[in-house]
Amino acid sequence: MQATHRSSRLLLPVRISFVALSLIVALGLNFVPVGRFYAVPDFVALVLAFWCVREPHRVGMGTAFIVGTLVDVVHGAVMGQHAAAYVLLAWASIVNSRRLLWFSPGAQALHMVPLFLMVQVVMLILRLLAGHRFPGWEYFFTCFTTAALWLPTYYLLLLPQMRPIDRDENRPL
Amino acid sequence: MASHDHQTPPFFKRGLPPAARLTIYLALSFSLLVADLRLHYLETLRQALSVLTYPLQIAAATPADFVSNASDYFSGLISVQRENKRLKTQQLNMASQVLFTEQLQRENIELRGLLAMQASLKVRSTAAEIIFTARDPFSRKVILNKGGQQDIEPGSPVVDPLGVIGQVTRVFPLHAEVTLLSDKEQAIPVIVERSGLRAVMFGTGNGLMELKFLAANAEVKPGDRILTSGLDGVFAPGLPVATVLKVTRDSAESFARILCRPTGSVERNGPVLVLSRTGPRPQRPADDDSIDPRRASGGRIRQNKAEAPASAPTPASAPAPAQSVAPPAAASPARKEP
Repeated sequence: MQATHRSSRLLLPVRISFVALSLIVALGLNFVPVGRFYAVPDFVALVLAFWCVREPHRVGMGTAFIVGTLVDVVHGAVMGQHAAAYVLLAWASIVNSRRLLWFSPGAQALHMVPLFLMVQVVMLILRLLAGHRFPGWEYFFTCFTTAALWLPTYYLLLLPQMRPIDRDENRPL
Repeated sequence: MASHDHQTPPFFKRGLPPAARLTIYLALSFSLLVADLRLHYLETLRQALSVLTYPLQIAAATPADFVSNASDYFSGLISVQRENKRLKTQQLNMASQVLFTEQLQRENIELRGLLAMQASLKVRSTAAEIIFTARDPFSRKVILNKGGQQDIEPGSPVVDPLGVIGQVTRVFPLHAEVTLLSDKEQAIPVIVERSGLRAVMFGTGNGLMELKFLAANAEVKPGDRILTSGLDGVFAPGLPVATVLKVTRDSAESFARILCRPTGSVERNGPVLVLSRTGPRPQRPADDDSIDPRRASGGRIRQNKAEAPASAPTPASAPAPAQSVAPPAAASPARKEP
């Protein structure tokens, strides 16, 4: 597979252990206590969406559900809140995966903003239905910071699949 | 001829289509939501998963803790000396108070004995530390570094050196979750120190608290101290809770709108005490739903209620003529049913 459908650079196949490791690291980053600082990116949503776009046949809604439940437990949220939001995110990423891979990483980041916003809105609606209070507009900052991290994440997570470029005049690719 | 059967070759097998999988997983998530919010079935699942995630949580919290403590570490000799001096003065003041307290306690026991009253609430305190704030933007919760293994019980009040900060709502094996007083779902029965008015205090969700169900002409003014009333049998009476910040009396509404600022440093990290009771829980006066003839004859409710405390041993902290004071929420400051 190429880095994007336009690029001619071939990538090694992804190792599933690396996917699992990146998700665990993202969970750890999400558990870092930051107090009442809202603009913290949602690393789990970011890594999950990334793998759903890159590897829609390996990482999908099942992974999203499990990871979401774990985040719910740790954040002290209502069970199923993050799970529902991440399942929707995974679905939207999988459905858009083929289209997204035609764009450059920067354009992909722009495409991800509405998806991450959807995660936030779904969680907000679920909690407002449960009788909680609107936490203020700064709550929505998270989706922008998360999307801004798409570009560094893109190169960081694709790095193990990259091969050194060796030019061969006699080979077309 | 191998391909007589017209099944799709495994090359094209991809399982259920995304829309079907989405429906299944969303249904699962919503059933989790309902089971947790309405039925409260998932506490065991939460406990089990918390054991799984706790190492990761601590691994994440330790470097963050180090970063936030680094400024303390390098803060220099002068500030430490200043703090040391302040603590020494405080210690001296406390020492004299403690001496008086012992004498007063002895006197109190004797007097209570003379009056044949029940002994006042005995509490066992466990020191704990707030390790971090739970990252749910919709509620106000903190995590303590002690849990079920250190005999922390759900429902125990949590205090810091200045006043009450919250109540333990979930106990995990190694840590516990405290709902702060400023959470929207947290209620605490209180008394206004100056006028002796009893009321219930709710969090507003933005760091302040609100004194609810007090009449528009209630005797409350900004600056009044609010203490726990101990009517619930959970919080010990007389713990400082808040000071009144602002009173809005609107003639259009029958209740005054009274905003309060918590006395304890509710929103900050640091060492706290978890107060758990040692004695048995005092028997509560009969609940509303346990009174049978309630629906049959409305006129007898009052009579029944008046009899209830006389038959049950009254907790010493709750004076007998205490009914009809507060709405039923006062009886249990634990989380409201949503």
